[in-house]
This record gives sequence, C-alpha cells and structure tokens, in this order.
Amino acid sequence: MQTNQILAMFGGALLLLGLVAFFLGRAKATRVRAGGTAMFAQPDQYAWFTVLTTAGPALLVSAVGGFALLLLGAEIPTLYLLAGSLVVACLGLAIGMLMVRSDFHARQAIERVIRFVLAGAALISIFTTLGILVSIIGEALRFFQMQNFWDFITGTTWNPGASFLEAAGRADEGGSAAQFGSVPLFAGTFMITAVAMLVAIPIGLLAAIYMAEFAPSRVRTLAKPVLEVLAGIPTVVYGFFAAITVAPIIVSVAGFFGFEASFNNALAPGIVMGIMIIPFISSLSDDVISSVPDSMRQGSLALGMTKGETIRDVVIPAALPGIISASLLAVSRALGETMIVVMAAGMRPNLTANPLEDMTTVTVRIVAALTGDQEFASAETLSAFALGLVLFVVTLSLNLVSVIMIRRFREKYRVNNL
Amino acid sequence: MSQSFDDISAQLKRRHRKSARLKWISMGALGLAGLFLVLFFADMLVKGLPAFKQAQIQVQVDYSEQASQLPLAAVNEDVRSLVSRGYLRLIPGRMEDNPELLGSTRLEWVLADGQVDQYLKGHHSKLKAGEQAVVDRLVEQGRAELRFNTTFFTSGDSKMPELTGIASAAMGTLLTLLVTLSVAFPIGVMTAVYLEEFAPDNRFTQAIEININNLAAIPSILFGLLGLAIFINFFGVPRSSPLVGGLTLALMTLPVIIIATRTALRSVPESIRHAAFGVGCSRWQVVRDHVLPLALPGIMTGSIIGLAQAMGETAPLIIVGMVAFIPDVTTSFTEAATVLPAQIFTWAGEPDRAFIEKTSGGILVLLTVLITLNATAVVLRKKFERRW
Amino acid sequence: MNMQVAERSSAPMSGQDRSGQEGPGQKNRDQQRGQPVTHNDDAHHELSIRVRDLNLWYGQSQALKGIDIDVFQKNVTALIGPSGCGKSTFLRCLNRMNDLIPNVHIEGLVEMDGRDVNAAKMDEVALRRRVGMVFQKPNPFPKSIYENVAYAPRMHDLVGRKSDQDELVERALRDAGLWEEVKDKLHQPGTSLSGGQQQRLCIARAIAVQPDVILMDEPTSALDPISTATIEDLMDKLKQQFTIITVTHNMQQAARVADYTAFFHLGEIIEYNDTKTMFSNPHTKKTEDYITGRYG
Repeated sequence: MQTNQILAMFGGALLLLGLVAFFLGRAKATRVRAGGTAMFAQPDQYAWFTVLTTAGPALLVSAVGGFALLLLGAEIPTLYLLAGSLVVACLGLAIGMLMVRSDFHARQAIERVIRFVLAGAALISIFTTLGILVSIIGEALRFFQMQNFWDFITGTTWNPGASFLEAAGRADEGGSAAQFGSVPLFAGTFMITAVAMLVAIPIGLLAAIYMAEFAPSRVRTLAKPVLEVLAGIPTVVYGFFAAITVAPIIVSVAGFFGFEASFNNALAPGIVMGIMIIPFISSLSDDVISSVPDSMRQGSLALGMTKGETIRDVVIPAALPGIISASLLAVSRALGETMIVVMAAGMRPNLTANPLEDMTTVTVRIVAALTGDQEFASAETLSAFALGLVLFVVTLSLNLVSVIMIRRFREKYRVNNL
Repeated sequence: MSQSFDDISAQLKRRHRKSARLKWISMGALGLAGLFLVLFFADMLVKGLPAFKQAQIQVQVDYSEQASQLPLAAVNEDVRSLVSRGYLRLIPGRMEDNPELLGSTRLEWVLADGQVDQYLKGHHSKLKAGEQAVVDRLVEQGRAELRFNTTFFTSGDSKMPELTGIASAAMGTLLTLLVTLSVAFPIGVMTAVYLEEFAPDNRFTQAIEININNLAAIPSILFGLLGLAIFINFFGVPRSSPLVGGLTLALMTLPVIIIATRTALRSVPESIRHAAFGVGCSRWQVVRDHVLPLALPGIMTGSIIGLAQAMGETAPLIIVGMVAFIPDVTTSFTEAATVLPAQIFTWAGEPDRAFIEKTSGGILVLLTVLITLNATAVVLRKKFERRW
Repeated sequence: MNMQVAERSSAPMSGQDRSGQEGPGQKNRDQQRGQPVTHNDDAHHELSIRVRDLNLWYGQSQALKGIDIDVFQKNVTALIGPSGCGKSTFLRCLNRMNDLIPNVHIEGLVEMDGRDVNAAKMDEVALRRRVGMVFQKPNPFPKSIYENVAYAPRMHDLVGRKSDQDELVERALRDAGLWEEVKDKLHQPGTSLSGGQQQRLCIARAIAVQPDVILMDEPTSALDPISTATIEDLMDKLKQQFTIITVTHNMQQAARVADYTAFFHLGEIIEYNDTKTMFSNPHTKKTEDYITGRYG
C-alpha cells in the first residue's frame, strides 16, 4: 500500500479514536457528577484529558518511530509502526477513562501538558540556531580537513575548477590544483558593500533628518510608508533591475567619460543594493533622532544657534550611537545579500580596486558552489559552507555590536520604543 | 559689550544660508529616494506590461492526415516559420481528442512565434526581411494582432517565450507558503505566548529571546545552507520540493511571527489579565479566552507581513534546489516545484531577449500580490486598532 | 480676535482685586503702565525690555492677558505666582522660544533697544544672542565641559584664536562659580557633572556669549538646597553684568535674590513691585493672599 494512503488511514483512525475518547470521557464524567459526587473539573475538561491520553502517546510513539526510521535506518515497516501506535492509542483511551474520577484534577493536568507543549515550541527556535550552527560548522570543518585554513583566509586565488578532478582522484591531470584563497571574494563583497553604503548612508541619514526635523507632519506620515516600500521589494526584482537597467546605464556613462566598464561591474549591484538599504538607515535614524530630548534642541536654539547648526552640532552627535547602530545593521544586511549580486555581479574572482570591473562576492560563490553538478562531498561544495561560516560570524558580530550600541543609547535617553 | 541687532543680523546671513541649505539638501535626499521608487516602477511597467499581450496570427490550418503525423504540414509554407512551434506540436494531440477535425480546413487565430511577437512590439527580432514582409502584410489584412496573453497565466514554464507562463510557479508558491504558514504560525504563536505569558524571567528565557533576535538578522542564504545540510541531507526531505522550501522559509519566518505576536500580546493591557484572574480563571484560560482574542488582529497583521516577506525570498530556495524547469503545474508537496521569485530568476538568465518582458511581467504579478498583502495588513491593523 | 482685544483694553479686567486697590495693568493717574508700584532706590533704572499689552493664545485658550511691564537693566526681576499662570510662557516670549510651539498666536509689543522683537524683520537668532536662557532642568550638550561653553561663542565669531577661546571659557566658568571644580577636567563630558554643577555649566554657557539679558526658568527647582544656594549667590553676582529675569516657584527665593518682583495670576500681572515692598506691604489683596499662603 502507498505510504500516503497508510498515513491517511492512520490519521482517520486516530481522529475516530479521539472522538470516541471525547464522548466516552464526557459521558462518564457527567454520570459521576449526576450521581451526586463533586468533581474537581468540568466534564468537558475530563473529555479533553481523555483525548490527550489517547492521541498523545500514540503520536509520540509514531514520531519516535518515524525518527528512528529516517535517522537510524531502523527497519520498521510503516504499517506495523502505525498499527502499533493505534494499539497504544486504545491503551491510552482505557487508561484515560480510568482516570476520569472525582478526585482527579483534569484541568490542571491538561494545562500542565499545554504549558509543556508551549515551552517545546519555544525550544524550536533554539534548535533552529543550533541547526544552522551545526550544519555550517560541521560541513565547514570537513572543508578545512581538505584545505588549509590559513590559505583559505589569506590566499588571493580562488580557483575551484579542478577540485572535482581532485575528488575523483585525478588531481595531476587537470592542470593546476584547486585553490581556495578567499581574499578576492571578500574584497568583492566589501567593494560592493562600500558602494551600497556610499549610497544608502548619506541619502538615508539626510532623509531621516528631513523627516524628523523639518518635514510637516503630513509629509512625514506619507514618506515613511513610501520608504518602507523600497524595503519590501524582493531582492530578485532588484537584481533584475540592476542587471538589465542600471548596468547598461553605467557602461554608457563610463564610456562617455572614456572609461571601460564591464556589464557585470560592481557599481550596478552596489547602487541598487544601496537603494534597497536606504529605508533601514532612514527609519532607524528617524526614530533615534526623534528620541533625542527636545531640551537639548531648546538649549542650543536659546543660545542663538540656527536650526541647521543645532541639528549638525547637537542633535546628530547625541543621536550618533543609534545612527551607527543602524549603519552596522545595514552593513550586515549588505554583506549577506545574495540575489542582487548573483544577478548583476560577475562570477570571476577579481582582486581589484576598480569598481567598473567585474568581480564576484562571497554569496555568489556560495550559490555557484551548491547549484552545480558537483558531488556533495567535493571541496568546492564544502567551500560554500566555509564561506557561510565566515559570513555568519561577521554578520553576527556586527549585529551584536549594533544591539549593544542601541542599548546604550536607550539607557542614556531612557527611550522605550527603539 | 553687546552689539546691536542689526550688527548681529548682518553676521547671521551666512549662517542662515547654511541652515537653509541643510533643509533643502535633506529634502532633496528624501525626494531622491522617492524618485528611485518612481523610476523603478516606471521601468518595470514599461518592460512588463507588454508581457500581458501576445501576438497571434490568423492562418489556414489544414487538419489533414499528414498533419497528424507531421504538424508542420498543417500550415502553409509561407507562414510556417511565423507560427509558434509549441502550438504546432499540440496539433496531433488535438486531432486525436477531436476526430471530427480530421480532413477539415479552418481559418484560426493561432499563437505566433516569439519573434513575431517581438517584431510587432517594436523590439529587435530575428525575423528575416522576407518574414517581416509577410507579417506586415498580415497586419494590413487584420490577420495579425496583439491579444491578451492568457497563456501567461495558465501555463507553466516553457523554453519558448510565447508559451511560457507563471502557473506552475504560482502553484509552487502557494504550496510552499502553505507549508510555511502551517509550520511557522502555530510554532511562532505558541513560542510567543510561552515567552510572554508563561515563561519565568530567568536566564533560559533571556537566552531564547536573544536567540530569536539573532535569527531575525541572519542572512537568508544561511537558512538555505541549513535546509540543504539538515533537511535534504540529514532528514532526506525531497530536494526541490515545496516541503523542503516551505520548511526552510518557515524557519526564516518564525522570528517575524514571534516578534509580531509578542508585540500584539504586550499591547493588551495588564488590567484585562487581572480582571480575568480576578474571576478565577487559570493562566491558560486567561490567555486563551481573554488575551489571545484581543491580540489576534496584531498577530494576523504580523503573520501577513511575514508571509509577504517569505513570498519574495529566493536565495535559500535556490540552495535547496527550487530552480527547476517546471512545465506542468503539479499539486504535490513532494515533487520538484518552483516559486515565482525563482521563476523570475531563471527567466532573467535566459539569453532570448523575449524573456526580458516575461521576467518583467512576472515581477509585476509578484509586486501586485505583495502590495495587496501589505495593504491588507495595514487595513487590518487600522480597522482593529484599539486605543487603550 | 482683534475685536476681543480691543474690548478687553477698555473693559475692566476680570480677576483683578477690586477691593479699593488698583492693579498696575490699568491706565491710572497714579501710575505709569508697566512701572513698578514702588521703585527700588538701590537698583538701576535704565530700561532693558518693555512689554505693552502682550496677549498670547495657545490655540483657542488665552494664556497671557494684557501684560504690561518694564524690566530694568542689571537687576534681578523675579516672576512669581501659582503653577500654570503664564510665567514661563511670558518668559519664553522674551526670546521668542514660543515660536517653536505650533498654534501659538501673539499680539502686543515686546520691545528691546527700541525694536519690536516679534516684528517680521527681527531675526530671532539675533535676538537669542542678546537674550539668553537657562532652563529648569539642566541640559548640557553631549560635548565636553570646555566645548559646552566654547561652542556658541565660536559660532558667533566672538573669538578667533585658541588662546582667546581658552580665556573666554575660563572667564565664563569663573563667573559661573564652576572653574575651581572643573579646571582639571575640562575635556570630560558635560553630563558627567552633578545636577548643580550642570546647571552652573548651563549658566556659564549662557553668559559666554555675552548677552544683555539672561532668562532663568525655575533654575533651581530641580536642584538640592546647597546647589540652590550657590546659584542664588551667583545671580546676585551676575546682575552686575547682566539683566536677569527669573521665574520661580519659590517665594522665599524671590525675596532673597530679586530687586523687583512681578506676581502673575491666571495670565495677568497682578502686581509689579520692588521686592521688599511687595513682601512687606503688598499693594493688592490678591498678592497679599498669595504671599501669606492663603492659596497657591
């Protein structure tokens, strides 16, 4: 029989048993109550408890069995496993019925279970982080067993091309050995991130200053959602825009000035990424600037300073920790950005200071390494995880510093909405 | 000691000018950002709207015996290269399903080849001069038109631009998001309820909170790595399926839903909880019957926004393989599928220039759905917002 | 709005004590408008700021009604009265800080150096250079102690070279009575000082630009008694160089430091008098009631 059909039948049977449990349990409780005994809980609550004893252990058994099947490769035919679970369910029903007594706190028992389930749900987020750590660190370690860590960090040539030959044991045939020096990749990432920050920080900060200090309230309520739209556009769409519209413009403009630019230049993805990041900076900076106490502005104005001087010399310095925090978050976002660079930047590792040349980034190589036809255990595929590990560490550090700075700002001005 | 007002005012001219400059420059920055948005949407509209029209030509279709074996024979030689190959390939099948077609000759509107479509839309096309003359003639005769492109919405992916559509990607997105929502919503709400209403204020709880905030800031591609290493390799979930894509996106959406739910729960005043406790409710009853119903609008809003974010994600789904070529619409959770943003990605990589408008068209559809979702969330929030 | 004002000037003012005494707000054969009931012979008599028929509305509600007062140079003039009677609002009219509040409407004359302070031609930034302000809660800038004092004079082009700047900072801090306590830590942040020290820093900052008038809005209400006493001594010294107008909630403080005192009630000046006379022999019953604590 098909697995899907078995599962459906199992589900149906369990549901049926649950219904039976509910009505039987309630009936018994109502009977006991009608007989004059006071009970610690409502009949409905006894009913639900019975359902729990029926379905709970059964689901648990089938889940554990399922894990064993998948992970440990245990040979348990699905049919027997699910049939066994149903038997457990019937046992559970019997036990549950027995427990429908006047001195049993059914409601408390149920709520204890509920609490347990909720806590379990909360643990899933921890498991997620553990999962990320385990998967990335695990595979990265396998990579570092194949390749030298120091060469990875400091090497300036990234050429995995021959790695599949190495994996097949034919390393000598394919010309030079595969090299995994990641410096050009990080250089490309930093170059594009730098371009993005050069666009996002001035525009974002100035826009925030306008919204917080100068704009009439109608403009402000209109401008905030409009900027949020910029943040909501999917990155694949930005990537397309960068590759099809922005890159040719840059090539023409560069040509006009006598420079030669590649169609995969770093400016196109950098500029578009900057546009995408503007709302991150403007929104956070707006909140931070608005949180600077008004008394400070009044003190400056009362001394005969103009509004511009007050903003530049008093408000912005006071808001600086928050602005830096926002910028760090933005940098973190830019470093991890994938689609815009995959679609608009190049594939060729290139260590250069010229943004008009084509270059590639960490995230592009991660995608390239995992979407080819390589076998999973080859050095090239595993290099993706090594790169992912570095990316994870760097973005995590930036986020931590950012949170610490925002916390210090919050304490200083005792603001709660940040 | 002091100067007169006039003396001081004279000095101030420069400073006032600088202050005004700051105002204008900052206003300009905001305007620049708005300008980007306008230019971007204009570009997408210009490129994408033509995708909703597709060229069709009216030709004689000869459903002969020969045509059921060799579909190319069904149309006249001079227009053969102008008719879509894909349409011709379907002829034998249609003749089989409708035996009465055999032997008849009809004047029909058929899907034109992608190059004819490009030519009619004024783009560069690969039509030779002779072919162009034929097309011009057809136009004059009223036998060549751009009509509404229903194929775009009804068919799956195709190598031929005139036959390609978003249907399979749309279904894939639907299935994937179904998985995402059914995993992330319950777990997210339960986690938030636990953290907000039940958890004691100890290090364990703080660790969970810090963990969630970190998760929200991890680059999306790393979730793809997790999906690959753990869901596909370790648990054996089928690669490229809505199941694995949905699970991966669920982990990404989890922090969003948790944070939104916590905010919604926090906004319910303590007095409500105290009143419920006061009439003898247990903690769970307080939450289930009093707090959750009031927090529900906020939870819904947050989930819709999280869903909208998940809908636009591409990078992690590429890593778990959802960039396959999916010509037929499948409704299985475990078979290979693709999602709309991934479809956009693959179309963007096609060398045929005719795909540029299809990509833009797909982008317009995606953006429309996203804008609708976000607008719904905002309307919901406004409608159910309560001022305590 | 204009109609209302015209009506008010001619009709008898409500809220005035009618028990045989006249307030200084009315045209009276015995008194000039805006003049104190009794002059202080020890004080200066040159005019600093003249206010005539000042009215202010926050939206629809009127906060100041027909204020007339002449403030004299190099005196300490205290504004006393119960909470919410317009004292701080009036103070802020003198350096146009009310411009920062939306929905404020002002009519009447505030004159300094023969110029209408609210006129369109008057540059409020220039006004604030000559009329400084110290706030209730100390608000030093997020800069070093040195920079807090040196910032405004530098921006106003009052000093050029670094040595001039150093000198100015030292002089201001000395005049504010803070030099000895901070001379070794000038580059620490201004916010690292205690409350009383911060307020003296704010005073130093205000006097560094060499204003004509210093407005003080309840400068000691957030401070401990020792700091309060220090600042009251300061006011006494500073009045030799500056005209000081201070709002205070604390009658005893007014009695201690002020040469002239004006009593505000519900947006009007009930009595403007030489301090000693006001507290020993108030001119109106309302004033007497307030001073003796019958209400407040």
